[in-house]
Amino acid sequence: MNTPQHGRHRGLVARLLLMAAASFAFGFALVPLYDVFCEVTGFGSRERLRGPAVAAAAAPDRARTVTVEFTASVPSDMAWRLQPQVAALEVQPGQLYEAHFIATNLAPHAATAVAVPGVTPARALRHFRKTECFCFAPQSFAAGEQRELPVRFLVDRELPAGVDRLTLAYTFYDAARAPASGGGG
Amino acid sequence: MVEAAVAMDHAGHAAPARGLTRWLTSTNHKDIGTLYLVFALVMFLVGGAMALLIRAELHAPGLQLVNPGFYNQILTVHALLMVFGAVMPATVGLANWMIPLQIGAADMALPRLNLFSFWLLFFASVLLTSTLFLPGGAPAAGWTLYPPLVLQSGSAFPVAIFSIHLMGASSIMGAINVIVTVLNMRTPGMTLLKMPLFCWAWLITAYLLIAVMPVFAGSVTMLLTDYFLATSFFNPAGGGDPVLYQHVFWFFGHPEVYIMILPAFGIVSEIIPTFARKPIFGYDSMVYAIASIAFLSFIVWAHHMFTVGMPVAGQLFFMMATMLIAVPTGVKVFNWTATLWRGSISFEPPMLFALAFLFLFTLGGLSGLMMAIAPVDLQYHDSYFIVAHFHYVLVPGAVFAIIAGVYYWLPKWTGHQYSVRLGQWHFWLTAISVNVMFFPQHFLGLAGMPRRIPDYATPFADWNAVSTIGSFVFGFAQLLFVWLVWRCARGGERATAQVWDGAHGLEWTVPSPPPYHTFATPPELR
Ligand code: HEM
Ligand SMILES: [Cu+2]
Repeated sequence: MNTPQHGRHRGLVARLLLMAAASFAFGFALVPLYDVFCEVTGFGSRERLRGPAVAAAAAPDRARTVTVEFTASVPSDMAWRLQPQVAALEVQPGQLYEAHFIATNLAPHAATAVAVPGVTPARALRHFRKTECFCFAPQSFAAGEQRELPVRFLVDRELPAGVDRLTLAYTFYDAARAPASGGGG
Repeated sequence: MVEAAVAMDHAGHAAPARGLTRWLTSTNHKDIGTLYLVFALVMFLVGGAMALLIRAELHAPGLQLVNPGFYNQILTVHALLMVFGAVMPATVGLANWMIPLQIGAADMALPRLNLFSFWLLFFASVLLTSTLFLPGGAPAAGWTLYPPLVLQSGSAFPVAIFSIHLMGASSIMGAINVIVTVLNMRTPGMTLLKMPLFCWAWLITAYLLIAVMPVFAGSVTMLLTDYFLATSFFNPAGGGDPVLYQHVFWFFGHPEVYIMILPAFGIVSEIIPTFARKPIFGYDSMVYAIASIAFLSFIVWAHHMFTVGMPVAGQLFFMMATMLIAVPTGVKVFNWTATLWRGSISFEPPMLFALAFLFLFTLGGLSGLMMAIAPVDLQYHDSYFIVAHFHYVLVPGAVFAIIAGVYYWLPKWTGHQYSVRLGQWHFWLTAISVNVMFFPQHFLGLAGMPRRIPDYATPFADWNAVSTIGSFVFGFAQLLFVWLVWRCARGGERATAQVWDGAHGLEWTVPSPPPYHTFATPPELR
């Protein structure tokens, strides 16, 4: 069917197909772009949220107190309990603190959980630094075991002036159903 | 057999094949246009039946007819079928029938691809509907398919995703066909800025399709790999982020709503001048308005996500960009209205539906503007207010325009004039019931009724009952339309070539019905 008509269309069709392929690739490119975008806009990257931070050695800002609230949740289909030991802590920017979460494996068998952290408000995220956290690695528990899990953190002195309260949240996921530490996305 | 059909197509004079073979193998743009339109009508009725089931459940508080899980499945499939099975194929059908006739081309540029895209769509839709009956049922997370909820779908999940891939492929092929036809096959002398507005609207829609359908294909592919291969694009346990899905989805999703409405703009821009007996006001600005709407549609997606915890700067940007779309949209509404100004207007069914479109689409645009205001959207989001908004822009918006287009071109297609009285009955029943059905949903939303829930608190009962009554009147009124179309296909008073005394354009220079092959030699432009 090689009428001159078809020859005339071929170039345009090829260009349009290329456009479609480029859009398909762009859809996937949005995944890394999303991280770049979050970093640039000051959201902070997911890497930073999940990995240890270096605590800048600075004198604490005695003039300022910030409330850090703790909260934890577990998907309804998981036999776990996770609770903060205290609901909130008054902290001074620049100083290192330690807080504890109490985790219980309610299942009659050993199990491993991954804790995923979150910090709100978003603009406080890059100023909240965890030097040590149970969320850096999967946590294994024997059947029925209960344990205290520590997190050491500081809020740095560059925390924007308007923020006087921030929330650190953890969600537990079953490691058996999730790829271990840090996979894919 | 395809070979034969193509060969005869190129011969340009052969008669259509007989019986079923014609409909299975034809590459003729008129046949394929008819197939698309009939298919869209069937899907409109199937999706409509699902909607009536939903409304029946919502007629009174409590759970009466279906269990909540099935409710969410039927809700999801209703939306997907209406978007991908009814509205989009109907506009593709109109494009197939009318673009070659409007630009003086003998056929679409790629007839075999055309045949392929229709049948792909057909099987994809059947596949999607079948998930309702497969183990685990259809996806139940809404048409937006948000993870993590959608990842809890049963074993029919890959079938649903695959059907979406096929529908996407089909519409991309359709879009390529439209672009190639419009750019390469216009009759000599028809410059781009002399082209009918319906062709313009479709040309830009086709570019939108090519730009965003693959992104949607990508996002559902990521869902699939999250489901089977634990890639964790969107799974927080593995380092992913569900909000990322929302960004990718809406990068497709917002242009998608314009994919549904731009062809409607094109149809209305054909009808209003005909029945006002005046040329369209501001042709050039109409073209630029469509183009700027299409461009802006790429930078507003996060107005669907004001509640996810975006930085304030982001909310402001998306709020402003969204409101900016109201400017070119306003230009269009102004131009349609200005075309009516001092026209000698008559009210045949196509015009009635086009005028109702003008009023009611604008109303939907206004509720859109309300939701574009980020701070107040926190209240409207995921309430019935948004359900009212998008049904106003989609039903008395896109669907009314499609119906108007069918009323406008039906005598051309069949060669028969239909009963205008019956059409008027259909119009008034439809136009009144659509408001009875959707207007109260604004009140429900403002009062706090959430969407996608089969049960609700008793204070919402009255307006829900009103809405359900409206929906049943609306649903059954459409049977009048089916009856009218059927009768018109079978016979009736002979239609002239021009059909409507105010109609201008190449499609009105060929006889009604047009011969199987038209414009074998490119026509002269007057
Ligand atoms: C001036 C024009 C428009 C504006 C300002 C506008 C604005 C918005 C906003 C802000 C939302 C999100 C509300 C929320 O989730 O809280 C929304 C949702 C929606 N709009 Fe529009 N819109 C406009 C036109 C249209 C058109 C023309 C269509 C389709 C033909 C459309 C279809 C939809 C749909 C389907 C949704 C709901 C999506 C979902 O969550 O399922 N809109 N609109
Ligand atoms: Cu939108």
